[in-house]
Amino acid sequence: MADVAVVGFAQAPNVRATHGTTNGVEMLVPIFREVLDSTGLRTEDIGFWCSGSSDYLAGRAFSFIAAVDAIGAFPPINESHVEMDAAWALYEAWVKIRTGEVDTALVYGFGKSSAGDLRRTLALQLDPYTAAPLWPDSVSIAGLQARLGLDAGEWTEQDMAEVAARSRAAAGPGAQISGRVAAADLLAEPYLADPLRKHDCAPITDGAAVVVLASADRARELHERPAWITGLEHRIESGSIGARDLLRSPSTTAAAEAAGAADVEVAELHAPFTHQEIVLRRAIGLGEDVAINPSGGPLCGNPMFSAGLSRIGEAASRVMSGAARRVLAHATSGPALQQNLVCVMEGRS
Amino acid sequence: MTGLSEPLSAPLEVGFDYTRSLGPVHRRFATELRGRRIVGVRGSDGRVHVPPVEYDPDTAAALDEFVPVGTRGTVLSWSWMPRPLEGQPLAHPFAWALVLLDGADTPMLHALDAGSPDAVRTGMRVQVRWAAELGNGIRDIACFEPVGQSPAPPLEDPEPVSMITAPVHLHYQHSASPEESRYLRGLTEGRLLGQRCPQCRKVYIPPRGACPTDGVPTEEEVELPDTGIVTTFCIVNVPFLGQRIPPPYVSAYVLLDGADIAFLHLVLGCDAADVRMGMRVRAEWKPREEWGYTLQNIDHFRPTGEPDAPFETYAQHL
Ligand SMILES: [Zn+2]
Repeated sequence: MADVAVVGFAQAPNVRATHGTTNGVEMLVPIFREVLDSTGLRTEDIGFWCSGSSDYLAGRAFSFIAAVDAIGAFPPINESHVEMDAAWALYEAWVKIRTGEVDTALVYGFGKSSAGDLRRTLALQLDPYTAAPLWPDSVSIAGLQARLGLDAGEWTEQDMAEVAARSRAAAGPGAQISGRVAAADLLAEPYLADPLRKHDCAPITDGAAVVVLASADRARELHERPAWITGLEHRIESGSIGARDLLRSPSTTAAAEAAGAADVEVAELHAPFTHQEIVLRRAIGLGEDVAINPSGGPLCGNPMFSAGLSRIGEAASRVMSGAARRVLAHATSGPALQQNLVCVMEGRS
Repeated sequence: MTGLSEPLSAPLEVGFDYTRSLGPVHRRFATELRGRRIVGVRGSDGRVHVPPVEYDPDTAAALDEFVPVGTRGTVLSWSWMPRPLEGQPLAHPFAWALVLLDGADTPMLHALDAGSPDAVRTGMRVQVRWAAELGNGIRDIACFEPVGQSPAPPLEDPEPVSMITAPVHLHYQHSASPEESRYLRGLTEGRLLGQRCPQCRKVYIPPRGACPTDGVPTEEEVELPDTGIVTTFCIVNVPFLGQRIPPPYVSAYVLLDGADIAFLHLVLGCDAADVRMGMRVRAEWKPREEWGYTLQNIDHFRPTGEPDAPFETYAQHL
């Protein structure tokens, strides 16, 4: 089976709201240009296009079709879509290259979270018979998970605030939230939804991201230091919230083990709530020496349906720049870390 | 909206009252709820799941051993909802809670009516408050409340529940692209504004955020006449909910003169059987005082009586 590497990454600025449409075209056109320019590829060179987005976020059916306009899809292209974070679209593209069907793939994700009421929209991910009819919102569900850990002594509100403060300090120019702040100051803020404060929750974010994958033969032509994917796995847990162990993330643990998560220097974790980063670190077994979310992570910008793909792109960028040798990226989807994907990448000399 | 260059934006309401038919497990759960009782289901590992799950979370085995559980339980976790959202069980501030019912091994998610966050604590004892109207599944439980007086007693032999109604109503602020916004503003003046792709020179109406051939936004404005041809059409014979015109009538793709893409509209003013590919048509505008940001300013297209366009002239637009 063919080796596969990341050779390009670009993302739109993470912002609270864009003027653009929910079909993502305005955010995608510039970043397609950027990633094609950086790899020297033309549209017609791409063997497979795969995207992740959501009709529920857009409020209209088949909303991903309009985004295909941004590609310039003539002559006709080889294209697919997942109603998931685009990290799962990347998985599909990876399989497509592994099987030898194509040798390049461009993966993109986009979401205009600001168009609707995100925390209500996400309630529709829940069991449609016994949970969704109550409209439990995503922040409240995360709050239930956070309290379980607080009561069990697994973490403290201080631990949670420190995650937020560290993320903001690391965040770069494209982030929605950044800056130096003391955990003590964050803890002086009122609760948004006890036990969660605003800093515990990823900000509502509009954004888009794109990653280019290539087979072994093409990757070396396209980048001098590709980020080789050495493991890529995803797992899911029960749709019944009560049946899950919310203090652990067994699906992350299983995905990380299968992907070979040992010895990474950097980990980009898709934890939309502060306590979930703690859950994930333990689930993967990341030590104190691993740099977590040097990009700032989702707490500084969480564009729905592309934030997971961005974690892969951010981690890969550190390999491609030579800043790291072996990295890990994680993406999540569903309520309270229900579904988890782990991608391990490395540079080769 | 304010300035002319600002994209147009408007509320968009999306909603549907889903009716969900229940399989044997949810049917039993919902029927017991209508009788003010709660049942769980025993999993492969012996755990009693409440609400019942149809398949075991670990082994995926089909489950069918129902186990009655109590209507009182213990709060395992909670989060405070200071400003309840539309559709949630209570309209005043409440707690979301994971409640482990007596006799159950997995907690259920529901609302807890407790007044203030100071009145909630992990480990507190709570009981079901039944809804006034029963027969709609999980919402037969209005919420939980701190243990107090005995809850309403069970009912004998409830009617089986085989269907629940689950309304889904979402609200959006829908934005048009800058290109679409110029087109929509043009319509309020009775103008049909297309835009030309800077690369392939095709004229699109409505204009595109990106040319589907080249992936670049259309730019140069092109005002189009309200005449064109029918490229393809269908005769609607079937009545449906919300139909505005009695069938039979013609729904057609109209290609305006000078445009490279057709749009869907109505062709009226002649017998449906007389509509043809290549037929020349002209817009029949509504009275000016009825114009808005919509192509419905054109009530329909009607035949002009001119000779049909030769097939070769529009073959590439089909
Ligand atoms: Zn073009």
